[in-house]
Amino acid sequence: MPEAAAAAPKKFALQEYKTEVHVDWCPGCGDFGILSSIQQALFQLQIPPYKVAMISGIGCSGKTPHYIDTYGLHTLHGRALPVATGAKLANNQLTVVAVGGDGDGYGIGAGYFVNSGRRNVDMTYIVFNNGVYGLTKGQASPTLAKGSKTKSMPEASIQEGVNPIALALGAGYTWIGRGYALDVKNLVSLVVQAISHKGTSFLDVFQTCPVYNDLRTKEWYAGEDIGRTRIRKLDADAKWDPIVKDPASIDEIVEKKGLALRASYETGDSLATGVFYSIQLPTYDEQLAMKVPALKDHPLVDLPLYQRDVDPLFAELA
Amino acid sequence: MPTELSRREFSWVLGGPQGGGINASAEIYAKALSHGGLHVFANIEFHSNIMGKHSYYRVTAAPVPVHSHIDEIHMLVALDQESLFGDAPERKHYPSHTGHVHQVARGGGVIYDADLKIDPGRFGRDDINLYPIPFFEVLEEALKEVGKGGQSRKYIVMRNTVALGASIGISGYDEELLFDAIRNEFKGRKAEAAEMNVAAVRAAAAYARSQFKTKPERRLLPVPVESRKDRMLIKGFQAVGIAKLKAGLGMQTYYPISPATDESVYLEQKGPQYQCTVVQCEDEIASINMAIGAAHMGVRAATSTAGPGFALMSEGFGFAAITEAPGPVVFLWQRGGPSTGLPTRTEQADLQFALHPAHGDFPHIVVAPGDIDESFTDSFESFNWADRYQMPVVVLLEKFLASSMFSNDGIDMSKLKIDRGLIHQPVDADGDGYRRHAITADGISPRTIPGMPGGIFSTTSDEHDPEGHITEGIENRIAMMRKRMAKLETAAREIPASSKFTLHGPRQADMTLVAWGATKGAIVDAMSELENDGRSVNFLQIRLMRPFPADAVAAILRNARLTVLIENNYSAQLGALISEQTGIALDHHVLKYDGRPFSRNEIVEGVRSALSEQKKEVMVSHA
Repeated sequence: MPEAAAAAPKKFALQEYKTEVHVDWCPGCGDFGILSSIQQALFQLQIPPYKVAMISGIGCSGKTPHYIDTYGLHTLHGRALPVATGAKLANNQLTVVAVGGDGDGYGIGAGYFVNSGRRNVDMTYIVFNNGVYGLTKGQASPTLAKGSKTKSMPEASIQEGVNPIALALGAGYTWIGRGYALDVKNLVSLVVQAISHKGTSFLDVFQTCPVYNDLRTKEWYAGEDIGRTRIRKLDADAKWDPIVKDPASIDEIVEKKGLALRASYETGDSLATGVFYSIQLPTYDEQLAMKVPALKDHPLVDLPLYQRDVDPLFAELA
Repeated sequence: MPTELSRREFSWVLGGPQGGGINASAEIYAKALSHGGLHVFANIEFHSNIMGKHSYYRVTAAPVPVHSHIDEIHMLVALDQESLFGDAPERKHYPSHTGHVHQVARGGGVIYDADLKIDPGRFGRDDINLYPIPFFEVLEEALKEVGKGGQSRKYIVMRNTVALGASIGISGYDEELLFDAIRNEFKGRKAEAAEMNVAAVRAAAAYARSQFKTKPERRLLPVPVESRKDRMLIKGFQAVGIAKLKAGLGMQTYYPISPATDESVYLEQKGPQYQCTVVQCEDEIASINMAIGAAHMGVRAATSTAGPGFALMSEGFGFAAITEAPGPVVFLWQRGGPSTGLPTRTEQADLQFALHPAHGDFPHIVVAPGDIDESFTDSFESFNWADRYQMPVVVLLEKFLASSMFSNDGIDMSKLKIDRGLIHQPVDADGDGYRRHAITADGISPRTIPGMPGGIFSTTSDEHDPEGHITEGIENRIAMMRKRMAKLETAAREIPASSKFTLHGPRQADMTLVAWGATKGAIVDAMSELENDGRSVNFLQIRLMRPFPADAVAAILRNARLTVLIENNYSAQLGALISEQTGIALDHHVLKYDGRPFSRNEIVEGVRSALSEQKKEVMVSHA
């Protein structure tokens, strides 16, 4: 647990992370599990609600900040990450959590997904991944596998589905995980780890869309047809170790990324969840503070604006 | 038809291949003139190319303030043949340019490399002085003096300095001022280079004086001026950058694009000591959204771009407006459009775009400063407006202003004060009853700074209720639209008239010129010449484009006897705005859209021909 929580005089109740806003997701939507997991994770970490900024994109998932009683910016389709980056760099004492759907993050926001990975600002990105565009009536999203045809699609998809974990490994995310929306207990633990990670943490979450995705239903994930769950927990294997111990070792990085990559390509009857990869590297905010020394002691937003003496700059031009 | 030598100023042009170091040389020369007490205006023109294509630096110096260039050249310094005669031989169809020899005024001079072995007849001019200088030989001589004989090939870039020296030798000027400027440029580890350059100037000046007895009729420094070592030579991007630091800028985001990049690079150099961060983003969409994120967190944020980048920022711009973000301030450095257009040339064709940067109805502010001082003030105030009215602001500028150098004796900062607007002070940690988008009469809802207990808010790019939650309710929509747009009326009321427009010259005149942006310089310089035609002239310069000072502008224009609009674009965009806002159509339009800034002569001749030929519209382009 972070120090701030230990020193907090007041204990925040779980209820304090919830708003009274009516949740208008469809009954049975996987989003409820993710919402609840984020609220419980913030509660477990005892981060004061006013120290949290929830940033979302557009789509069903975009409504999440309205339901969590913290500072919230519900932004544009695909742009949650740049807004979140600006927010964190402005005030590095905030816990910044960006949320979005798979269309939002891997489609229109793909450029920001890649570049946020290489930037490594200390924040968390959670993607609600259900394979379809819900709010526009069920078109194929970037993660829908080639050849799939949900009930809302007139024809099967002829585009390959993207592998978000593999993409994140290439982009340079320093913490990569995957959860399942209907396994809240496990998801809370992953959200806690993601938020606690220093650097950009990326958590892909298998989520069900009961209205439009009739392929990946909760029954399918539960494996009712094969008699066992399709969700495989990586840490069920005692030998699974996704953490890079020596960030200077290319060999170790390649080895760990290789294992994570292999796990990310598991399909069919076994879908890996858990922590895929973790490494501790300097964050963008730390590096910025090396350039702008005043940031070492104070967040940008607290630095004084007034009485800046620009005369020396004019003098250089004489 | 070559013009007569101007009696007022000295016009010097250094032309050569892009990447050949002409910028550094011309700026050293400009600085020497400035320190000598002359007022200087210097403007660079270059191709969108890294090395090799024709570029030229034009330095205009006068004992009185000067803000524009004139068509004629008094001293042309050519490092290559193309600078003399253009590139017609190498191009099948339209030449890019026809060189500068034809622009040399009668009695003016041309300095060029004797090694080019140009037959004097090729110049086709018997009214100018030719000064062939063996650049290489002179350089060799100078290098010998500083113990580097035989190394001319290695230091070939110093032909520029030889050219400067020849210039000084022929036109006459205090060499010491040039030496100072050189030593100032090459400091510390580069001090050795300074002495090499000083030697090159000395050798070239001596050579020129010994070889050429005929001197131009007119020499530099015709009138004694007081030495001014404190006089700045400042470019637009520097004025804007310093203003932003003075205004408390915390975060500048950008994606590299001409001609906006210089400003961000300047902030990257100077920002850290002023606690200002600069983030180079993956694209303009990220740039504006990152700045919006920072602005919502309470940091003063800006982004700088050009037309193509602003096109990508549209979406974010509307997002900032509907969420009532206190910014960002977007600095839009205009270049020739549409699309990629003319990346390194100037234009004023993004006014209507800046006025309508995104879909839907929303409030924002657009200001268009006309010179260095105004770009400083307007840049500074824009951050106050963004905070006060919680809306994005556009500062509309031009490539011309970004890269031109102007003499400046100091910017008055005494009236500039930082104003962060209305910030809600929570009474309790729960913040019960706080509404980020509360409906108020003036449209301004007190904001809070995230991280503050009791200030929690939510906001969204969807239409939202006063608490920031999504709603499509009819009454709420009407109330929110009215609330947001009311902020624009509040801004219109509170922003002082001095920021909105300026009427230069007499209140009443026979002819009223109307313009915006940095065409101001050429117009101000041209006014006295236009008065010589026997008409009194005044000039209405419009600065605040939104909220537009419609009543005041209408009053001035209704009172005007004859109106002439002058714009650096094809479609007279300010004319359209004035018509839209006041119902007044201006009598004549003088337009220029060749990607280059107005010369003073173009203003004078454009206005004259519009009047004499009774034309509604006149296009000027003095190549």
